[in-house]
Amino acid sequence: MTATTTASRRRARALDRSSGVVDRPRRSVGLTIAMSLFLVYSFLPLAWLVISSTKTQESLYTSFGLWFSGPFAFFDNVVETLTYNDGIFVRWLGNTLLYVVAGAGGATILATLAGYGLAKFTFPGKRAIFAVVLGAIAVPGTALAVPTFLMFSQMGLTNTVWAIIIPSLISPFGLYLIWVYAVDSVPTELLEAARVDGAGELRTFFTISIKLLAPGIVTVAMFAIVATWNNYFLPLIMLNDPALFPLTIGLQQWNMQATGVGSDPIFNLVITGALLTIVPIVIAFLLLQRFWQSGLSAGSVKQ
Amino acid sequence: MTTLTLRTRRTLVRGLAAGTAALLIGAGLAACASDTTPGNDAEPGSADAIEAALEAGGELTYWTWTPSAEAQVAAFQDAYPNVKVTVVNTASANDNNLKLQNAIAAGSGAPDVVQVEYQSLPQFILSDSLLDLTEYGFGDLEDLYTPGPWGAVAQQGGIWGLPQDSGPMALFYNKRVFDEFGLEVPSTWDEYIEAGRALQAADPEYFITNDSGTDAGFGTSMIWQAGGRPFSADGENITVNLADEGTQRWADTWDTLVQEGLMSQISGWTDEWFAGLASGKIATLPIGAWMPGVFESGAADGAGDWRVAPMPTYDGGAAVTAENGGSSEAVTKQSKNPALAAGFLQWLNSSEDSIDVFLESGGFPATVADLNSDEFLNYESDYFGGQKINEVLVDAANSVSTGWQYLPWQSYANSIYADTVGKAYLDKASISDGLAAWQQQNVAYGSEQGFTVSE
Amino acid sequence: MSTIAPAVPADTVAARRRRGRRTTTRQWAGLGFVAPFLIVFALTFLAPVAYSIYLSLFRNKLVGGNSFVGIENYLQAFTDPKFLEGALRVSLFLAVQVPIMLVLALIAALAIDSRRLAGSSLFRIGLFLPYAVPGVVAVLMWGFMYSERMGLAGNVNNLLGFDLITPFTQQWILVAIGNIVTWEFVGYNMLIFYSALRAIPGDLYEAAALDGAGQFRIVWSIKLPALRGAIVIATIFSIIGSFQLFNEPNILRPLAPSLITTYFTPNMYAYNLSFFGQQVNYAATVAIIMGVVTAVIAYVVQLRGNRQELR
Repeated sequence: MTATTTASRRRARALDRSSGVVDRPRRSVGLTIAMSLFLVYSFLPLAWLVISSTKTQESLYTSFGLWFSGPFAFFDNVVETLTYNDGIFVRWLGNTLLYVVAGAGGATILATLAGYGLAKFTFPGKRAIFAVVLGAIAVPGTALAVPTFLMFSQMGLTNTVWAIIIPSLISPFGLYLIWVYAVDSVPTELLEAARVDGAGELRTFFTISIKLLAPGIVTVAMFAIVATWNNYFLPLIMLNDPALFPLTIGLQQWNMQATGVGSDPIFNLVITGALLTIVPIVIAFLLLQRFWQSGLSAGSVKQ
Repeated sequence: MTTLTLRTRRTLVRGLAAGTAALLIGAGLAACASDTTPGNDAEPGSADAIEAALEAGGELTYWTWTPSAEAQVAAFQDAYPNVKVTVVNTASANDNNLKLQNAIAAGSGAPDVVQVEYQSLPQFILSDSLLDLTEYGFGDLEDLYTPGPWGAVAQQGGIWGLPQDSGPMALFYNKRVFDEFGLEVPSTWDEYIEAGRALQAADPEYFITNDSGTDAGFGTSMIWQAGGRPFSADGENITVNLADEGTQRWADTWDTLVQEGLMSQISGWTDEWFAGLASGKIATLPIGAWMPGVFESGAADGAGDWRVAPMPTYDGGAAVTAENGGSSEAVTKQSKNPALAAGFLQWLNSSEDSIDVFLESGGFPATVADLNSDEFLNYESDYFGGQKINEVLVDAANSVSTGWQYLPWQSYANSIYADTVGKAYLDKASISDGLAAWQQQNVAYGSEQGFTVSE
Repeated sequence: MSTIAPAVPADTVAARRRRGRRTTTRQWAGLGFVAPFLIVFALTFLAPVAYSIYLSLFRNKLVGGNSFVGIENYLQAFTDPKFLEGALRVSLFLAVQVPIMLVLALIAALAIDSRRLAGSSLFRIGLFLPYAVPGVVAVLMWGFMYSERMGLAGNVNNLLGFDLITPFTQQWILVAIGNIVTWEFVGYNMLIFYSALRAIPGDLYEAAALDGAGQFRIVWSIKLPALRGAIVIATIFSIIGSFQLFNEPNILRPLAPSLITTYFTPNMYAYNLSFFGQQVNYAATVAIIMGVVTAVIAYVVQLRGNRQELR
């Protein structure tokens, strides 16, 4: 198909060069230094987190934040974090994984199907659906929190995993990304040809469209994973049972443990726990970065 | 709402008919068979019912943030193996109240037994969410407790819970710092202010105490100690008067500390605060009697430096103090097994076994027997340099002034305390102005909620 | 571009009917793809919104129960000083923080795209990393660093001998929060811009090189216009985020409870009304007003920004 070849050739070239000269430009030292300041800004709190996770509870607030001090307690902290209170942290980790896989996974599937449907088909009400779904992004979570909570408790869903998973299944931004990506990367002619060959819509979708949408799908998955992994407000109001908490709520609960009668400050565990919470996401990022970068590239520009 | 198909509708009607028939037959049988001999067939709400329920066993959910809860429940399950209690740690009073409110609003999801601070009890009593325990014979337990906590749970014609602990205020001070700077332990608030001035003058890093106007519990307790009685609730008639004499007395005295910048602005219960206590840079703490346990776990480095003394008074006369915090446990109306829940509650807060476990974690009891026991009074605290702290604290328990009431919406009132009184601290305005703002918002809220509020 | 033309029959009535049937089946297929999303959407969004609107028309009092009050809640909101203060504050926040953050993101994206940077993938990933950090953790970290007594702010102040950095004061608290929000999202926006830049076809650069255009000319005439769509999107999302500001001030609140009031932002006000004041109806009203305002402003920006955006 010549249509695809031209498009792919164009894309290949676009990914290859972007500055005003055909051969490689010199590296600018000034720019690198300026941008490095930016990088320091990004890394600063994370550096604090890593360094603090090596300190004991006592030396935490008696030492300078950005350098090591006192006994090196990193491995002790990690062990204690994982075993504190009968290993509830591991339970929280498991919960978070469940919510992410089910919630973000489901969100990706739903967004992909819907974005594809909106992009490649016409049907009555399509514009309205699109407008309403995008409008949904503008609605504050707090507006929905209490009504959703009341609704879910009528249905007996509060304090269950479904209270977290079901709302996580909707990603309006994901739908938008796939819509844009599908318009750009899935040529209608290809679909027409498949239809002429007698393939059903689902079949076409699974054999042809998905492969073309792959980078977009991975991008949506990435954003959905981050959103679900970091979800805080929804679990806060929906869940009572600590055995169902995700890591964010669990960490905050540990943080609050310093308050009140019989308090037991465990800030060193909060910090180590926070570090352990970030690590999987960072790894996921690094592994998937090839995909989401090209996924976003088709998203924002219409020539 | 799904629309019912014809078939579904018919099935429903048939089901209903059968159900109604069964109900009528069942009721008829029950009427015939009812035995009015007491003791043979225990009434649903009675002390005997509790015994029966505990024997029969069942499952309960218990919401609490008390650290010793798990240990207490373990002991309970040893004594009553047929009962399984699931403890849910709600982390803090605020979170606990929030979840409880949500569950009540939703009509389901509330636990059987729940921890409720004394100051929040009126709110849940008003919304008819708690079980009146009078019918289970809880009135007989009155003599076990000191009048303050009992008055908090037995009000408005019912008994709504059992006291867990009490928190009579005392003055915790850092003896090492006092000695270092040559300060005397203040017995009046004027002396307290003087000590504050001397301390700041000697070393600006040291403060007599911390207060940024964000702790409503502290503010109300101080007003209480000063003789103020700003809130009164008689059913739906509420009075809010934060300009009464006692309240003003506290506000004027405390203003001096605020205006002269003698208090640290560190917020309580943060890690900086714990560090300040450990180092002595926060030199005193007027706070409830449950604090020793917190000192030991949160400010371990300050061991040996601190002591306890009675609260300073305004006139140098007889000792007077107020309650600061403290909570009870109650049974919710949503409980599916009220007799069993009442039984658990009774064991939890009145049995020696349970209270012993509670005391071990540093709690301060509400029970007369424990407060007066020789063992308790003679306890020498290592953290407090071997002082017999409980002597001072029990004296405080016995000098709590009476007549205090909380608002039926105290949680909300407390949530806006920092917005109003705290703001006054920030702007270096007078505390009275802050209290006036707090009063105005409370009156507005109460009226909106349908109460008859006067000032 | 040659296309493979399917054998379309001549335009007879029968042919049109056949096409009509195919189109209808295809329409159903399209709906079928969208259906799963819509069903869950109806449950998790439409139903709560409808319920929210319903709630905003009633008032449930502690004494007296539930009663219909019509638009009274809305009238109350428009004259409520707490609500207006919060709304003004997020508007101010928006007007300052969003442009700063987007400009920084733009500069970063342009810098990385210029290929004059050593180790550009390190920058790409490093700047994006804060987005992966959960809000609770981000505020925890920055809260510590802002600490007067033991954090970096304290250290700097001690070093300099006077209080230079005082985040927890009336004048600086919004800046402090703005800093956290910027830190969290600048990488995300940078990536949106960068991806748009990567999609620019190489022919344009070749043409520019032939014309002898310098770096700045290229940025001005090629890159910025190409970024127009991305800038509109980023702006819209940032506006929405600013109006919905909740997480950062709320989690920071324990460190400065009288400075960050319960009505600091409209979302916080709605949250505290629901969960502490048990004024669910009024909270719904506040949330709906903010939702409508946000939607209107976002729509206006989108209209003005790029008329070709939605086809």
